[in-house]
Amino acid sequence: MNSHFPWFILGAPLVSAFVILLFTRGAHKLSASISVGAVFFAFVASVFAFLGPDTHDAISWIDLGDSLRLNIGVTVDALSKVMLLVVTGVGLLVHLYSTVYMGRDESEGRFFGCLSLFMFSMLGIVLADNFAMMFIFWELVGVSSYLLIGHWFTRDSAAEAAKKAFLTNRIGDFGFMIGILMLWSLTGAVGFAELREKLPLATYTPTFMTVAALAIFCGAVGKSAQVPLHVWLPDAMEGPTPVSALIHAATMVAAGVYMLARVFFVMQLSATALTVIAVIGVVTALLAALMATQQDDIKRILAYSTLSQLGYMVMAVGLAAPGAAMFHLFTHAFFKALLFLGAGAVIHALHHEQDIWRMGGLSARMKWTFRTFAVGTLALTGCPFLAGFFSKDAILLAAYQKSLPIFALALLTAFLTAFYMTRLVVVAFLGKARTHEAEHGHDGPAAMTGPLLILGVLSVVAGWSFIADRALGPEIVHGLHEMHGAGGAGVVMTLATLAFLVGTAGGWLLYTGAARDPILIPVFRDKFYFDELYAALIAGTQDVLGSATSWFDKWILDGVIVRGLSGATWGLGFVLRFLQWGNLQAYAFLFGVGVVGLMYLLVFRP
Amino acid sequence: MTLTLNDYLLVSGLLFAIGFAGVILRRNIIIIFMCLELMLNAANLSLVAFSRFHVGANGLPNYNAQVLVFFIITVAAAEVAVGLAIIVALYRARQTTHVEDINSLKF
Repeated sequence: MNSHFPWFILGAPLVSAFVILLFTRGAHKLSASISVGAVFFAFVASVFAFLGPDTHDAISWIDLGDSLRLNIGVTVDALSKVMLLVVTGVGLLVHLYSTVYMGRDESEGRFFGCLSLFMFSMLGIVLADNFAMMFIFWELVGVSSYLLIGHWFTRDSAAEAAKKAFLTNRIGDFGFMIGILMLWSLTGAVGFAELREKLPLATYTPTFMTVAALAIFCGAVGKSAQVPLHVWLPDAMEGPTPVSALIHAATMVAAGVYMLARVFFVMQLSATALTVIAVIGVVTALLAALMATQQDDIKRILAYSTLSQLGYMVMAVGLAAPGAAMFHLFTHAFFKALLFLGAGAVIHALHHEQDIWRMGGLSARMKWTFRTFAVGTLALTGCPFLAGFFSKDAILLAAYQKSLPIFALALLTAFLTAFYMTRLVVVAFLGKARTHEAEHGHDGPAAMTGPLLILGVLSVVAGWSFIADRALGPEIVHGLHEMHGAGGAGVVMTLATLAFLVGTAGGWLLYTGAARDPILIPVFRDKFYFDELYAALIAGTQDVLGSATSWFDKWILDGVIVRGLSGATWGLGFVLRFLQWGNLQAYAFLFGVGVVGLMYLLVFRP
Repeated sequence: MTLTLNDYLLVSGLLFAIGFAGVILRRNIIIIFMCLELMLNAANLSLVAFSRFHVGANGLPNYNAQVLVFFIITVAAAEVAVGLAIIVALYRARQTTHVEDINSLKF
């Protein structure tokens, strides 16, 4: 295996997307097969890349001498290896699941084409060896996310959600671009390896580096849906559920965290930036968990949970523990994809019912879905010895060692996570069926339950050290071990377990047998009025800008420039035409006077 | 008493002033036309005078000015032809040669 090998991982989904979108879109089953085949190929190739050595291969794209050299390159190192496995592995399972879930959709071909496009873009981010290439794929991921959220574009809410996701992401991406340009202006390099060499030699003020790091962080805020740009992710649930599982839970939203881990050597140059990142992360984690406690839509609960977990990861980066963030990203991808696919199975069985209060009693009839969903829930909430427990523990430990206030908020979030996930499971799966549909729910076919089972197993074992250590690579593992040695591990583990137990018990006691939500907290239910605030803010800004522009147009452009100019010309002409009174001899006289005047000026004056 | 350049220029200036006064004050367009010719000839007179009093190293006057005078006479003849033709046409159109009656070129 040589260093050209990773190009095949990148190429397979691209070819698939190309073929499907251009030629076989109408042939649904063929398109699905091509797409699944491509992702299977990419998965197998990723496994080989994972087992093989670290490689790097690049072709020159733009070369303008020393000022700018852009490469299209693929890097396989410890960081991208684990992401490759997660993206192609979860991607493969979601593709398989989609063949059933989208089996009767009238534009199944387009769906699989876009899914392949997404896989291509996401793998591009993972393999990118420089900022410019990462940015291009970053945008491509945004486009494919837009296309997939708006898959059912005839529904207004889906079209709106797609637009919202794209525009919100663009705001973050703009900051990302500024950050890249700032680093480039400082060093003249955009490659990660080059920057790593040149940044220590460069001279800059602390403020410059803080601004640059935070600008780059903006990209992660948009893509990983951190406060204040988190508003798009819950709405993105308008897309098909497999898309929510793959893109808006396991991979794309994790791209922000991956990027932060990849460029952590830039982030750590500014302590201020790290603090801001940690605070934004913990605020996102807490706010999203609070919002999740009062949602009724099964997918929205999971979406807020995703937000909350992403907040954890970002917080870990801010606490200078990108290894812990990558660990949580790794485990989270499995159990969150599992939860979404489980939710999809429920929605599929109940004929597109998403309100958990119209479900209930599903555990008896959807045995496998329930079991795997329960495993995913336990993994997410941090049940000891499941995947989420270890990774969350690592993040909490980092918080405990760096900052106690952040640790307290993170612990509160862990408690809330256990609470709202228990609420979801108890209300949707246990008790009595509340509607006719819920009485007739049933497990999906093998292509649906198969991925659930595989992800269920992974959600249990992904955190165990003999798997996690192998997947994350020696560097991250070494960092995690060092952190464990630094003290506080016992306290944190006890408190985290306690938070899990209290949260689960609270949810269990409060919601068992409940027919309606016993607590109503409007401010959580209404998502802290972020959407309303933004709507008012945007409408207000537009009004002010609009009236200012209108005033300028009316008085300056139309008034002074257009009417003023024509009016002045007309007025001058009106005055001057009184000189034309039609008497020939008067003209001659004036002419003579003029000549005399001119001669006086020319000859006698100076 | 010898005549100097100033004397010629004085006469020329007087002729020009008379012509100009005629152009401004007279009402008949033909008289105005004649006065115009008077002004041209005033110019001719000063040109000839300049020629006569601008003697070069070889003792001859500067003939350039006199050549210019011939040109002016030629052009004036052509101008008279055109001018009179315009006046005839004007008379046919308006039945008058008085400038006060010809004042329609205004706003």
